[in-house]
Amino acid sequence: MINGNFKTNYEDEIKIFQTTFVKFWLVILFVGLIIFPLVADRYFIYLCNLCGIAIIGALGLNILTGYTGQISLGHAGFLAIGGYTSAILSTKLGIPFWLAMPLSGIMAAMAGMIVAIPSLRLKGLYIAITTFAFGFIVDHLIIHWESMTNGPSGITAPRPSLGVFVFDSDKSYYFIIIVMVILATGFARNLFRSRVGRALIAIRDRDIAAEIIGINLTKYKIQAFSISSFYAGIAGSLMAHYFDVITFENFTLMLSIQYLAMIIVGGVGSILGSIYGAIFITLLPELIRLLTDLFRQEYPSLTTRFADLKSVTFGLIIIIFLIFGPKGLYGVWRDIKVYWKNWPFTY
Amino acid sequence: MPQLVVKDLSINFGGITALVNVSFQVEKGEIFSIIGPNGAGKTTIFNCINRIYTPHRGTILFQDQDLLRYKPFEVSKLGIARAFQNIALFENMTVLENLLLGRHHRMKSGVMAGGIFWGKAKREELSHRKRVEEIIDFLEIEAYRYQIVKTLPYGIQKRVELARALCMDPFLLLLDEPVSGMNVEETEDTARFILDINEELGTTIVLVEHDMRVVMDVSDRICVLNFGEKIAEGRPQEIRNDPLVIRAYLGK
Ligand SMILES: Nc1ncnc2c1ncn2[C@@H]1O[C@H](COP(=O)(O)OP(=O)(O)OP(=O)(O)O)[C@@H](O)[C@H]1O
Ligand SMILES: [Mg+2]
Repeated sequence: MINGNFKTNYEDEIKIFQTTFVKFWLVILFVGLIIFPLVADRYFIYLCNLCGIAIIGALGLNILTGYTGQISLGHAGFLAIGGYTSAILSTKLGIPFWLAMPLSGIMAAMAGMIVAIPSLRLKGLYIAITTFAFGFIVDHLIIHWESMTNGPSGITAPRPSLGVFVFDSDKSYYFIIIVMVILATGFARNLFRSRVGRALIAIRDRDIAAEIIGINLTKYKIQAFSISSFYAGIAGSLMAHYFDVITFENFTLMLSIQYLAMIIVGGVGSILGSIYGAIFITLLPELIRLLTDLFRQEYPSLTTRFADLKSVTFGLIIIIFLIFGPKGLYGVWRDIKVYWKNWPFTY
Repeated sequence: MPQLVVKDLSINFGGITALVNVSFQVEKGEIFSIIGPNGAGKTTIFNCINRIYTPHRGTILFQDQDLLRYKPFEVSKLGIARAFQNIALFENMTVLENLLLGRHHRMKSGVMAGGIFWGKAKREELSHRKRVEEIIDFLEIEAYRYQIVKTLPYGIQKRVELARALCMDPFLLLLDEPVSGMNVEETEDTARFILDINEELGTTIVLVEHDMRVVMDVSDRICVLNFGEKIAEGRPQEIRNDPLVIRAYLGK
């Protein structure tokens, strides 16, 4: 059954990119990603940057909620900690972006560990409430700790620079984001084909059995929180140095819910799903704007209703996915793939 | 020195007394069965050993170590593995991933090593994969490696759970009704596997089972529980003819 050469066999099996077909398309994708900013309109690059930041944040939330099963309503709080840490470090202490960004990830990760502690004895809804409260505490801190955060007026972080080169255009910032997205995706992908990632999924699926086979629930839940918030911290830092100014309004409960929407729409417990969902939810307002523009002639009132339309569509889409596509866009995509693989032998 | 010593174990849940002063010893390399009617407290003994429950009275020694000092996840490190009465596999994962999870406590790579998956973590993954493949061969589940557990038939899932326990390389294996719900053929296979595990791997086995043929065939010694109390202990021959046991089983 098994031939003698164990090692090469299993090594081939655990390769991240299994076939030359996949490799081929990845190369195309990669080349596309590099060419895109050179030819695309500035506005598209801006949208793409927003998507990139959202992907990193969504991967983080999926690690905690999708893979480990700990529902978080406070993801925005960790993004805020990342964003403000990065901004404060670079403006008040003059620390360069390249150091401030990882430090903001670490800061958020430490906050994550603290939030994890009350969550250890709790399950499901109770964790949602703990994290929900955490989000509000962070907002409160930002508003009232004025000496650090400038209070409600917000804080401005400088654009990153390397020597004399300043990443001040959307195009140059795009490359920073894309590198971070690739690193974040690769790390998450690897994590879930190795020991720690498997343990996290085991905790989600059956915590008692996980414990009996030797998984320390406390340790791994804390780790899940800290990895997840590290990702959020990085995303927050990327926001801070990209936007002209960040305020507490960038990090409200609405943002936490948007991130939840991303992983629900994209696919809970799926790397690709996080990416699809992040792109979809980020572009959704643009899509709605396009549609309202299209019908403006006939229904002029639509434009003023844009904000309402946005939140209603949002809610509707989440509900639709929860009911009809619990596996998210990723699941739909996989079903289609299986369908075409078997086509025309579909029985 | 016996491998497992259970002494004066007592536990109750609210008004229900699940175990009353239960004592027994399991020798190294033995197949020791615990039988008794439904609700007799068999699974509760396993839950005490695994430290899911803390007994109100009594001690449990495993290889001279006081188990009550350990947390549930630490018990596996001492060398105790278990297959559950109701299948407790990670059903959204493949058979392979489930078995690799059985190796979890023997592996080391952490978050960073795993996320980078280069060198150390990768080598570790491959070497443990090798042991997993040996168990797969041993229990003849080659065909199901890459299948998602929840898509497998019940009998195979039971066997995968046995495999996951074996992947832990335990000294002591706790089997809670390993043949329940199986057809005759699957039952015979499982009984043979239990004997093979015991003989070839030298694993001590504590077996909880309702199927008396299997129990009589494989056990070295049997302990009988009724309403949380031990009513008999001995070789299969002795148990078969014990009047108290016969009454417990046929009396109601
Ligand atoms: N967590 C618990 N809470 C309340 N009662 C419990 C709990 N665990 C076990 N019991 C009770 O303890 C008694 C023994 O249960 P146990 O599961 O050990 O029986 P068993 O011998 O394994 O039975 P079966 O053959 O049906 O599996 C039962 O009356 C059961 O209801
Ligand atoms: Mg039982």
